[in-house]
Amino acid sequence: MPKVVVDVMPKPEILDPQGKAVLGALPRLGFTGVTEVRQGKRFELEVDGEVTDEVRARVEQLAATLLSNPVIESYVVHVAGEEPVDPAGAAGAAGAGS
Amino acid sequence: MKVGVVTFPGSLDDVDARRAVGLGGHEAVALWHGDADLRGVDAVVLPGGFSYGDYLRCGAISRFAPVMGEVLVAAQRGMPVLGICNGFQVLCESHLLPGALIRNDHQRFVCRDQRLRMERVDTPWTSAYDAGQEVTIVLKNGEGGYVADAATLDRIEGEGQVVARYVDLNPNGSLRDIAGVSNARGNVVGLMPHPEHSVEALTGSGTDGLGFFTSLAAAAFA
Repeated sequence: MPKVVVDVMPKPEILDPQGKAVLGALPRLGFTGVTEVRQGKRFELEVDGEVTDEVRARVEQLAATLLSNPVIESYVVHVAGEEPVDPAGAAGAAGAGS
Repeated sequence: MKVGVVTFPGSLDDVDARRAVGLGGHEAVALWHGDADLRGVDAVVLPGGFSYGDYLRCGAISRFAPVMGEVLVAAQRGMPVLGICNGFQVLCESHLLPGALIRNDHQRFVCRDQRLRMERVDTPWTSAYDAGQEVTIVLKNGEGGYVADAATLDRIEGEGQVVARYVDLNPNGSLRDIAGVSNARGNVVGLMPHPEHSVEALTGSGTDGLGFFTSLAAAAFA
């Protein structure tokens, strides 16, 4: 079964309290040199049949309506095993939904 | 008036909200998330709690419940809708209200008697208050940080859509101390504190929350 991956991240300007808590824990574990942590979500969608442009478009729609909230998050869609498309371009496409 | 209170799987304060509706002088009607039916109500309350276990994002799954399709249509026609805490999150996820609610900046659940300043008092939910009036209403949330981009914040402040602001202490990192907002028309209001818990002296920190439920009568006869 082909797998489509949706990565969701809090937008840069949105405070990420969870990421901050993780960052705060790192020195206690002896990890140094990390200056920022942002925590997001990864969804793996197994789809029936080939990942056509139509399937990809429907996943994009799903990502923009349910999997992410365009007010506070951006998303990137890619097929597992394929290189994610240029994240900057994808973030721009996600931004169109906001 | 008949005021519907929606129960989602994981709603916590639906019974208290129905009780507050009654104390406000109205008939409370229980609405079920799975029924695309508002049962002829004149207004709707989306109560607090942890609908769908707060999975994905608070309110994100409830927003697609069958009853919400009806609430969206009714709200756009002008029906009064009040979202309290988790209900506020559902209204933001539905994009009936601007902005979103994220985890408290200090990462802890907060439960306190919260001082608020009422700002928008021409809505069907807040007309019992005076502009600038300070009230104490119970607050309890883990994800109550109100956020929106700067342009949205400027716009809603400019258009008077801020319903209430935190006073003395900002309990959750909400931008510009915002505790509640409305849509442009004012019929849809979201509030992070819980007015339904502040309606009886016996069980709370006073009765300052009752105004949210008595305001509706004034709205009906206006």
